Amino acid sequence: MTVPKPNYREMEVKDLDVSDPRMFEHDYWHDLFTRLRVDSPVHFQSDSPAGPFWSVSRYEDIVAIERDTDTFSSEPSIAILDPEPDMILKMFIAMDPPEHDDQRRAVHHVVAPRNLTEFESLIRTRTAEVLDALPEDEPFDWVKLVSRDLTTKMLATLFDYPWEERNNLTQWSDMFTNDERITAGEGVPREVIVEHMTACLQRFTELWHERKDDGKQAFDLIRMLQADPNTANMVDDPLTYMGNIMLLIVGGNDTTRNSMSGGIVFLNQFPEQMAKVRRNPELIPSMVSEIIRFQTPLPHMRRTATRNVELNGQAIRKGEKVVLWYVSGNYDETVIERPNDFWIDRPNVRSHLSFGAGIHRCMGNRLAEMQLRILWEEALLRFKTIELAGEPKRTCNLFIRGFTHLPVKVSRF
Amino acid sequence: MTVITFIQHDGSERMVDGDVGLSLMETALKHDIPGIDADCGGGAICGTCHCFVEISGDLPAPDSQETAMLGLRPDRASNSRLGCQIMVSDGMADITVRLPEFQM
Repeated sequence: MTVPKPNYREMEVKDLDVSDPRMFEHDYWHDLFTRLRVDSPVHFQSDSPAGPFWSVSRYEDIVAIERDTDTFSSEPSIAILDPEPDMILKMFIAMDPPEHDDQRRAVHHVVAPRNLTEFESLIRTRTAEVLDALPEDEPFDWVKLVSRDLTTKMLATLFDYPWEERNNLTQWSDMFTNDERITAGEGVPREVIVEHMTACLQRFTELWHERKDDGKQAFDLIRMLQADPNTANMVDDPLTYMGNIMLLIVGGNDTTRNSMSGGIVFLNQFPEQMAKVRRNPELIPSMVSEIIRFQTPLPHMRRTATRNVELNGQAIRKGEKVVLWYVSGNYDETVIERPNDFWIDRPNVRSHLSFGAGIHRCMGNRLAEMQLRILWEEALLRFKTIELAGEPKRTCNLFIRGFTHLPVKVSRF
Repeated sequence: MTVITFIQHDGSERMVDGDVGLSLMETALKHDIPGIDADCGGGAICGTCHCFVEISGDLPAPDSQETAMLGLRPDRASNSRLGCQIMVSDGMADITVRLPEFQM
């Protein structure tokens, strides 16, 4: 489908619309951010479905803001939409120190590398099962059969969530980020999201009470919250419990899922890189970092100015929203060499912004990398070819950069 | 010459000569010493060069950014530092750097 693409290169800077998720759906966002980085690196947009906001597009400016958590707060929200006053969910990603630090530490252990080692063989077994069940020499949807399935199973494992109900987790995750105001009207009204949150909270509250004092070892996220004095009574504060559940569900879902899909697309666009990793499988960990940069599954996070402050010559006023475009920083040609090349063994491959930076840097980054590494180790062992079998369909969402459908065909050795 | 002794979590040791102006993180990378990831390349914004530092005498205290990142570590100790923030300087005493079980 051809879509009229805005002429980002020539239109007036004041007319650049950084709030239109169709730029990701139709994959024409590169020109917009390239223009912003050059002509308006700290860019104000006075009108959008999410209200007025600043866009920060250069790598160095994004990092400077991430470091200055006193001036650029993560409260009340890290999403471009403000929370509704009647339902301000509390989650540590949207808190400042010191409260943030206590809550994050309570659940950090679950994704600590010591635990990851225990997960590794389980993840490998599940990945192998999923890949072995794929059809051969006929197109199938990689998103549905691989990316969604694997990330859902991982999430259910982390929560020790009832296995037969596990698809709830993915459906809730998709719903929470599907507000119509960030999906060009394709999503749902806020009331529908609230209904799903209520159902999610109810199920997780039941699980909390079932597990409380059942004497089992704290190895899932719910029992970890119960075991830590800072969060032991979190269930009594439903907005905080719901906020943290939502953070962990969304954080472990769209992100890895869309990187699992993105890798297929990139390796097809850059076949010499596919040949390189087949010759040198020891490059898989480096390739995983490059996939995560190239995909940037969460294209932005938002901060809020706590005081009047000048950035790159622009006067940001107290209370204004400041959106950090990781997807732009990850393609900033002044920092990333040949950014538009998918280059699996590039220098400093790990220094991308997809995980954010500073105290809110992604907590699950090691787990995500491990899931992707195992997927590619197992896929390259099995498949002689992994080819796109049609046009990918991309997500129309300002907060999620990913794929809804990815036709793929494989052949086995 | 400052001698830097890196001790892995499993107890294995490597001693190397420190270069003035290089950080402990850069020193480890230069000598291919495992246990330090240094994802961000030295900006104190990823926390993946966490280590436990022993030296006779004082080191410059961590700044607010380093302190904030160290605050996230479940295994933080009183001598926890980010290796990227400690530069080897002229006449510096020998240093022992113990690496944690993992970076995250």
